[in-house]
Amino acid sequence: MSKKYDAGVKEYRDTYWTPEYVPLDTDLLACFKCTGQEGVPREEVAAAVAAESSTGTWSTVWSELLTDLEFYKGRCYRIEDVPGDKESFYAFIAYPLDLFEEGSITNVLTSLVGNVFGFKALRHLRLEDIRFPMAFIKTCGGPPNGIVVERDRLNKYGRPLLGCTIKPKLGLSGKNYGRVVYECLRGGLDLTKDDENINSQPFQRWRERFEFVAEAVKLAQQETGEVKGHYLNCTATTPEEMYERAEFAKELDMPIIMHDYITGGFTANTGLANWCRKNGMLLHIHRAMHAVIDRHPKHGIHFRVLAKCLRLSGGDQLHTGTVVGKLEGDRQTTLGYIDNLRESFVPEDRTRGNFFDQDWGSMPGVFAVASGGIHVWHMPALLAIFGDDSCLQFGGGTHGHPWGSAAGAAANRVALEACVKARNAGREIEKESRDILMEAAKHSPELAIALETWKEIKFEFDTVDKLDVQ
Amino acid sequence: MPFQSTVGDYQTVATLETFGFLPPMTQDEIYDQIAYIIAQGWSPVIEHVHPSGSMQSYWSYWKLPFFGEKDLSVVVNELEACHRAYPDHHVRIVGYDAYTQSQGTAFVVFEGR
Repeated sequence: MSKKYDAGVKEYRDTYWTPEYVPLDTDLLACFKCTGQEGVPREEVAAAVAAESSTGTWSTVWSELLTDLEFYKGRCYRIEDVPGDKESFYAFIAYPLDLFEEGSITNVLTSLVGNVFGFKALRHLRLEDIRFPMAFIKTCGGPPNGIVVERDRLNKYGRPLLGCTIKPKLGLSGKNYGRVVYECLRGGLDLTKDDENINSQPFQRWRERFEFVAEAVKLAQQETGEVKGHYLNCTATTPEEMYERAEFAKELDMPIIMHDYITGGFTANTGLANWCRKNGMLLHIHRAMHAVIDRHPKHGIHFRVLAKCLRLSGGDQLHTGTVVGKLEGDRQTTLGYIDNLRESFVPEDRTRGNFFDQDWGSMPGVFAVASGGIHVWHMPALLAIFGDDSCLQFGGGTHGHPWGSAAGAAANRVALEACVKARNAGREIEKESRDILMEAAKHSPELAIALETWKEIKFEFDTVDKLDVQ
Repeated sequence: MPFQSTVGDYQTVATLETFGFLPPMTQDEIYDQIAYIIAQGWSPVIEHVHPSGSMQSYWSYWKLPFFGEKDLSVVVNELEACHRAYPDHHVRIVGYDAYTQSQGTAFVVFEGR
């Protein structure tokens, strides 16, 4: 069916607002929270978002008649009110599968959150959720190992993993740094972590760190009889240097490395995840810069989208916030996206911020990492919120112990195991948290001192980004 | 009081993973944990090893995994039988989850020496 070329400017909604459209199982679906400029009708704003994030441009062009745009265009198929907010609305957009390169999260984001975010007809725009179709998921590598394999490698069952970041985060020499790793691991932690800022600075070049850390890990493993690890941060200036560091970690026989997936970028992350899959290496993922993108309730990208993107790009553990610690995070929202990291099917549930059914098929799960301003008193709540398939990381809560990091580590391990034991025995661990911890402390002077040290520390600020419910 | 006198000396302990940092459980406490394994729908598995081999991925099965076993007393009797047969071995119970093909939990009930 040929069309005639009609030069000029048409309204976006004539082409891109299609309320009668029924999305296909292979479509990639997105939900945007849109806040238009005053006086611009909702349908026009929503259609503009669909157009600018897919095939459209501001003017009709002759060359679009060389193809069948009906096949390639994105379509806004639904508009919904945002509860309790008159100026914004949700636009649901369906994108045909062929708009995206197979397995490329970079390509998906370049389209969906590219130029359209600077569009003048919009005051704010936020990508709330994406429904990835199975046809796209099957083209992604995903987690290099996943939860099940990670547990088997580390020999940890029936409880969350326990870790901490080495502090002070900057300024230690390689040998001093390895000492702190050794102290934490011999005290009972499973894993320690490079701070995200630690790459290869003048005070501690990466090779120096890797060698001393490897010695610390092996020694602690020998002395405790348990499997230990340290996330060696391979985030680097160039991909070539990143791979060089990963190769060296493997040479040292270390079980896990680490990458910062937003500052490092999705292309680097997917590459490193593929390397890990080939080389039997676990991959811990940090999320520096996420709050720049995800914290504003009306603009940016919600973290649930960034979490889904990471599961597809590849990682075995991802930071998710703590709900109870020093960093932002609402409980229901957090549960919504940790489901999307770990489960094989997550149903639409607006009370958890999930806008779509999301089928993950056989894609392995990602451990949720809770880290940031948490200490022993938070342990019962953390276990209740995050469950066993998580990694709980206490930085200050380990090194700040009056007897040092080893005792701090032991205090956390005792508290964690006491909570797991109580939960399994049917106790309500959040309600009975005080009793459970105090009982455990009778057998552990390390825990008794930790409970005394942090008894008054709370972080009670209101969440900035709340779910849109009334 | 000088600072040093308030600081304790933390001595490294050799432990056997989950619950390794808690004091030995009483019989009732062990029963609670086995009841939890059964309530999760996991199959009880009993494994044992000489302490020198505790870091191996594979410990010897006691018989076969007790697939679908729901009776707490059967599991307890088998644990004790395993301990009697191998008094110097570590004996652990695993809650095996066939859906995830992983261990829902695992902990040592009798420590060998």
